[in-house]
Amino acid sequence: MGKWTRRAFLTTGALVGGGLIVGVAIRPGHRTPKLAEVIENEGETLINAWVKILPDNSIKVIVPHAEMGQGVHTVLPMMLADEMDADWKSVSMEQAPAHDEYATHDIVREFALPGKAPGIVEDTLKGVTLTLAQKLGLQITGGSFSVRGTGAWSMRTAGAAARELLVNAAADQWGVSSDQIRVENSYLYHDQSNRSAPFSALAEAAAKVQGPTQPTLKSPDQFKIMGKHVERFDIPSKVDGSAMFGVDVDLPNMKYACVKCAPVFGSTISSVDSSDAETMNGVIKVVNLGAGVGVIAERYWQAKKALDKVKIIYSQPEIQASNSANMFTQFGQAMDAALANGDEEDDYKIGNARSILSSANEVIEAEYRVPHLAHSTMEPMNCTAWAHLGQLEIWAGLQNPLGIRNLLAEEFDFERDKIVINNVYLGGGFGRRAMDDYPIQAAKLALALPGIPVKMIWSREEDTQQDFYRPAVMSRFKASLDSSGKPEAWENQFVDKHEPVEAPTLPYSIANQYIHYVNSPTHIRFGPWRSVDHTQHAFFTESFIDELAAKAGIDPYQYRYDLLSNDIRTRTVLEAAAKMSDWGKLMPEGWGQGIALHRSFNTIVAEVVDVDMSNGKPRVVKVFCAADPGYAMCRDGFIAQMESGIIYGLTAAMYGEITIENGAVVESNFHNYKMLRMNESPDIEVEIINSGTDTLGGGGEPGTPPIAPALTNAIFAINGKRIRQLPVSKHV
Amino acid sequence: MLEITVNNTIHQLDIEPDTPLLWVVRDELKLKGTKFGCGLAQCGACTVHLDGKAIRSCVTPVSAVAGRSITTIEGISPSSERSTANPSAQLHVLQEAWIEQQVPQCGYCQSGQIMSAAALLEANPKPSDDDIDRVMTGNVCRCGMYGRIRKAIHSASAKLEHRTPKAIEIDIAPTTSDREQETSNG
Repeated sequence: MGKWTRRAFLTTGALVGGGLIVGVAIRPGHRTPKLAEVIENEGETLINAWVKILPDNSIKVIVPHAEMGQGVHTVLPMMLADEMDADWKSVSMEQAPAHDEYATHDIVREFALPGKAPGIVEDTLKGVTLTLAQKLGLQITGGSFSVRGTGAWSMRTAGAAARELLVNAAADQWGVSSDQIRVENSYLYHDQSNRSAPFSALAEAAAKVQGPTQPTLKSPDQFKIMGKHVERFDIPSKVDGSAMFGVDVDLPNMKYACVKCAPVFGSTISSVDSSDAETMNGVIKVVNLGAGVGVIAERYWQAKKALDKVKIIYSQPEIQASNSANMFTQFGQAMDAALANGDEEDDYKIGNARSILSSANEVIEAEYRVPHLAHSTMEPMNCTAWAHLGQLEIWAGLQNPLGIRNLLAEEFDFERDKIVINNVYLGGGFGRRAMDDYPIQAAKLALALPGIPVKMIWSREEDTQQDFYRPAVMSRFKASLDSSGKPEAWENQFVDKHEPVEAPTLPYSIANQYIHYVNSPTHIRFGPWRSVDHTQHAFFTESFIDELAAKAGIDPYQYRYDLLSNDIRTRTVLEAAAKMSDWGKLMPEGWGQGIALHRSFNTIVAEVVDVDMSNGKPRVVKVFCAADPGYAMCRDGFIAQMESGIIYGLTAAMYGEITIENGAVVESNFHNYKMLRMNESPDIEVEIINSGTDTLGGGGEPGTPPIAPALTNAIFAINGKRIRQLPVSKHV
Repeated sequence: MLEITVNNTIHQLDIEPDTPLLWVVRDELKLKGTKFGCGLAQCGACTVHLDGKAIRSCVTPVSAVAGRSITTIEGISPSSERSTANPSAQLHVLQEAWIEQQVPQCGYCQSGQIMSAAALLEANPKPSDDDIDRVMTGNVCRCGMYGRIRKAIHSASAKLEHRTPKAIEIDIAPTTSDREQETSNG
């Protein structure tokens, strides 16, 4: 636990009807830059884990994160159960509802026997813990954080603490030393006296034992569940249609709503003529949402047809660049101006790149561009809201339920405890479902029809055109090489910086680097898109390093390898990808390989692609992926995340482009915002390198960044054409 | 009034005839396993079977299927496609394979994927990779689980091999009296 211990709060309590509940809340504080991406308010957040031992000796783990396919509802209980030495077959989970009880230790009060809460609980219920828990951000699911944050710090600690409490209780009851107690499969044993008891038999006693301040965590050689293959809890319900997503919510007397928002961000409604729509079958109400219109009807199809008949005139907002080409012109001008005026925002500086470049014999330069991208979750945005009994109740798939609750309370002037959030499965998140626009719209509709639940479902067109987009970005490079061909100076200028801060930095040893940026905002709204800034910067830096290798006449794998002599962990990953792909192997005419390496969310990933361009168009045949997340807690789950991240990134690399024309998004549905499909899906092989549990990395995002440069580097290897603008399909 | 049969149950519906089958199944019949993805027959999330063939319910007006037989993901489980290796299983052989291969991530597209795959196996119990490409390319999976879907289809197909095909059962020369029995049963 190290430095976390002083900031961790442990609570225990007896359950009504017997049983034990143990909770851990951790306040990371603001000294950990790695938490930056999930901290939403004043640099602080809390991570909670709860475990209940029930009277039948089964174990229930309460997970504070949303399931969107990343397997978090299974891997977090694995981490807790392993530390506890629980019988995995008797472990189940439930998702913590977005209530204050789960943000604070009040849950103990709720579950504890009246008057029987042990002293330790009383202490933690007061004071600093409670105050901290009012911060936002507790239940955010993002930043590839669940395992390395909640799991590593909170779940494992809760499991280890529960185990220690039970061991101490058994030792007391049996009058033996606690180090003689053995724990296996939810049973406690004292082998010398041949005694044993299930957890449940000692749960009530354990609730009264003083909790450990520093529970001992297992070392990887002691893991029994972590690192193994475990079937995910959520999968059976996802093969028979019974899994409940936001769009499946069904309430008595529920009505349906469709919405249409202004195609140009920033514009509002000037006038609405809903006279035709209002006379249509089933239509209940047409609601002006400010930036759009919603139609509420008895049935979805009635609402959709009526919405088409609403005549809306929008205001024309002031926008600087009204189409994609102008935006890149704007970026270029902003970058030129920053250089001319010397007002670059410094991002990373070491050595004196500028002066070396100014005196270099040859400077290699390149400019890269990536377009806007939409998330396109399979489940279009939707939300059900019900204003009743003085409260506003919401059903939706949310990556940040507590944050949304606070925003709704603020937006509609409700007390926070009058906003009730029901979080259900997310039909894809990728960052999109961390945004608050769709719950706010649904709430507006429901408040316009008090007492009646309203389910709002966006069309695919609305989902594509009202996203928060991965931004269009431009990045320029200058470099010079030393006599051995290695880069001696590296200068990189790009537009707009979001998160994570380290995205543009290199793993390679280059003595002189100057990385800087300039802000050049557009009216297109920004959103976190699977791996956020890493997605563009990995394409930029891993392409340009490939350019330098070509300039130096050195094999691109060897070139990278030689620049990693100070970072053996990263080099090992690169080497593994090269080895598994048989790098440099003989390939048919028109085939080639490309390699790329990138570290994001503390996981190092190297990818090699085998590409067939024999008919002129690139076809990715095989992807070899080596990844070091420190320790993959759920083996197959981590592999699945790499596969998923690769296909997501490859889809964007091949086809992804949101085009802006006249201020609005042009693409509307899957026919013009193209997805990678079965027939183009490469075979993917993943190798996991478990280098150590000290620094755990994420799984959800790190597979995405390297795939685009691996592909374009392969294309260069095949035909010598350097692709500096995505998507690839437009530039081959 | 419109009459449709869904999962072997006949339903009388009072609904606008242009309403897509998708919304009828989901909102009138409360069978939520069939999903809305695009509304344009571009993604396959809404795939159901119409008289055994895969169709996109989001672009199929309910009036077009009046009097016909629809199967949704909820109706596929207790079908004849159970694995003979595990005859007591409540799941379709594809659903079992989906669990074995741990296919779903977010899971939203998977009802449609399974319905497309089921129609494929019905027509072609031993599909090649090319056959799988041809049929399954209509179904988008944003979590990118195509490789696992392919493996699961092959795995389900291998299990089906153990089952005696229906056609052969009928062809095994029945006795004359059996034949007469069949005829008299109509």
